Amino acid sequence: MPALGADMEAGTLVEWLIKPGDWVKRGDVVAVVETQKGAIEIEIFSEGVVSELVVPVGAKVPVGSLIARIGVPGEAPTPPVTAFPAAPPTPAPPPTTTPVATALPALRGGKITPAARRRAAELGIDPAGLLGTGVEGAVSVADVEAAAAHSAPVSLVALPPRRAGFDSAEMRKAIAAAMGRSKREIPHYYLSHTVDLGAALAWLAAFNDSQPVPNRLLPAVLLLKASALALREVPQLNGAYGDGGFKPGPGIHVGWAISLRGGGLIAPAIRDADTRSLPELMSVMRDLVQRARAGGLRSSELASSTVTVTSLGDRGAETVMGIIYPPQVALIGYGSIGSRPWVVGKRVKPRPLVTVSLAADHRVSDGHIGALLLIAIERLLQEPEKL
Amino acid sequence: MSASTQITYREACRQGLRDALLNDPKTFLMGEDIGRYGGCYAVTKGLLDEFGEERVRDTPLSESAYVGAGIGAALVGMRPIVEIMTVNFSLLALDQIINNAATIPHMSGGQFAVPLVIRIATGGGRRVAAQHSHSLEGWYAHIPGLRILAPAVLEDARFMLAAALADPNPVLIFEHVMLYNIEGELDPAVTSVDIAHAKVRRQGTDVTVIAYGNGLFKALTAADTMATEGIEAEVIDLRVLRPLDTATLLASVAKTRRCVIVDEGWRSGSLAAEIGMRIAEQAFFDLDAPLRRVCGREVPMPYAAHLEDAALPQPADIAAAARGLVRPA
Repeated sequence: MPALGADMEAGTLVEWLIKPGDWVKRGDVVAVVETQKGAIEIEIFSEGVVSELVVPVGAKVPVGSLIARIGVPGEAPTPPVTAFPAAPPTPAPPPTTTPVATALPALRGGKITPAARRRAAELGIDPAGLLGTGVEGAVSVADVEAAAAHSAPVSLVALPPRRAGFDSAEMRKAIAAAMGRSKREIPHYYLSHTVDLGAALAWLAAFNDSQPVPNRLLPAVLLLKASALALREVPQLNGAYGDGGFKPGPGIHVGWAISLRGGGLIAPAIRDADTRSLPELMSVMRDLVQRARAGGLRSSELASSTVTVTSLGDRGAETVMGIIYPPQVALIGYGSIGSRPWVVGKRVKPRPLVTVSLAADHRVSDGHIGALLLIAIERLLQEPEKL
Repeated sequence: MSASTQITYREACRQGLRDALLNDPKTFLMGEDIGRYGGCYAVTKGLLDEFGEERVRDTPLSESAYVGAGIGAALVGMRPIVEIMTVNFSLLALDQIINNAATIPHMSGGQFAVPLVIRIATGGGRRVAAQHSHSLEGWYAHIPGLRILAPAVLEDARFMLAAALADPNPVLIFEHVMLYNIEGELDPAVTSVDIAHAKVRRQGTDVTVIAYGNGLFKALTAADTMATEGIEAEVIDLRVLRPLDTATLLASVAKTRRCVIVDEGWRSGSLAAEIGMRIAEQAFFDLDAPLRRVCGREVPMPYAAHLEDAALPQPADIAAAARGLVRPA
């Protein structure tokens, strides 16, 4: 069970999207897990053949529990699926957990005899998921018929709820836990800086004029890209803090904070945001917002962020002073963009301004480093055509 | 008819020969030591005295010559029955059998029939080493134009010959040397047998064991052993090695879904390989386990008793193979 956030302690498996014998590769969605943040699609991070689904649908298991096994063909032992690069350190499974790792038969390659295959079709059974007792571990007719006899009553049992929407009370609990931990553990420091967005918005208007409506960009994309590029220059703010101190992120995976209509907040990752084009980022953002609100986020999107960016948008307040999402070490916040007096040359002029703030972990960085980031963001936003 | 009486396989063969000589004046026997000596396995003992030298003819040690003479006699309307001492020696007559007997009816456009019967002793187990003990009948089963018979039970030993003589084409009858002394009751109700079909000798549901000749009895012994373990093997007596009665085999495999093929011949390129392939081709979707073969070890037959036993399929080997399909470890 992957950790889909530092605050997650357990998850309920609501749907398996794979079965033993299936070939899976990195990135495939293999299961749906119900968490406090709603139903999350779990992706797999290794490649191989699914040999066993350990956790049945409907079961709630602690983070770190074994939920399935996959094996690499040709290798007899089946390594447990523990390859999730969970950004937050995952608590070890309780010692009372049955050590199933040694009790399993070797992966047998999912053999099914021709007769068993035909019998399974007659009985409407999928033979791929069955334990084979035939020659060389093949699923035989007897296995299929036993499964048919066994599964008939089971199919009458009501299916567990699938892909439930967000439970805002649960999500509130999750946010409370994560933010409480953040404020307890992380010595935040805050910086803010006001940035003139005149050049950026002018470039954006010109760009959008040349594009059909669906391709038009929002200012938030510029802020996101500028943040990601700035983090490239100030890598001390991109990563995670854990037992071993600070660990730089493997890439700049920006958790983009999305507020949900029923209340609540979620920050799925936009991976490698610094390397993506603006139109690409725009489409990723649109997709994430849609899926976040529909409950279709994936595990990798919840567990892999190395920093969080929040933008309050048009209707927000002028400044946001955020709380870091552990174990990240920084949160970059953008207030609303508004026309305000600004000194240009020697004159006060109305300019579109935004206040960029940084909440950072003082265990990892100091104010000087934080300031470098904000200054870099400002500089980058002055040359929007380079973003 | 009288009640059934005890009879040996050898005696059943002799009665078949005697019937043939009595029933058709065109029938005669030919072979090495079949007359005065009474046959190397004593099958023709007494027939010279009863039928005379014209009809029970001793030949020189010249397989090619006397098999060729048999073919010539058959071509002109006789019904010769030629005996070859062992299948190893039949190799000397291979040219006559394959290039003449099997081909002349074809090459003459059907103008010439070769109603020749050749009886050949085959198989191992008699401690007579590598030049007298092999099972090469599978080779002959490769040849179009020949019908290849392998009588195992007494009825077949007794009545296959008549059916073979009635066939206008050359028929080879392979008598396994370990069967001659087998004794049993001949069912008086049986007065003829077909030479077209395999026969289920033991009904079973769990695994099909296909065998012929002496292998049949080893398979039946293995089936008895397995029955004590709750495994019901269906044992098929192939009887006719060419043309194969594939339908009977497939019907059994469709029922049991598992199959072991017993063949005293060497595994590579064996008759067992052909049977296995036919099942794979035509009954693949019936199979619930891989096909298995129990064949002779691929060595020249050893002389030493324990080595010869080890080189031949044994009931324990057959049971182990079948058990492994029904109850894999």
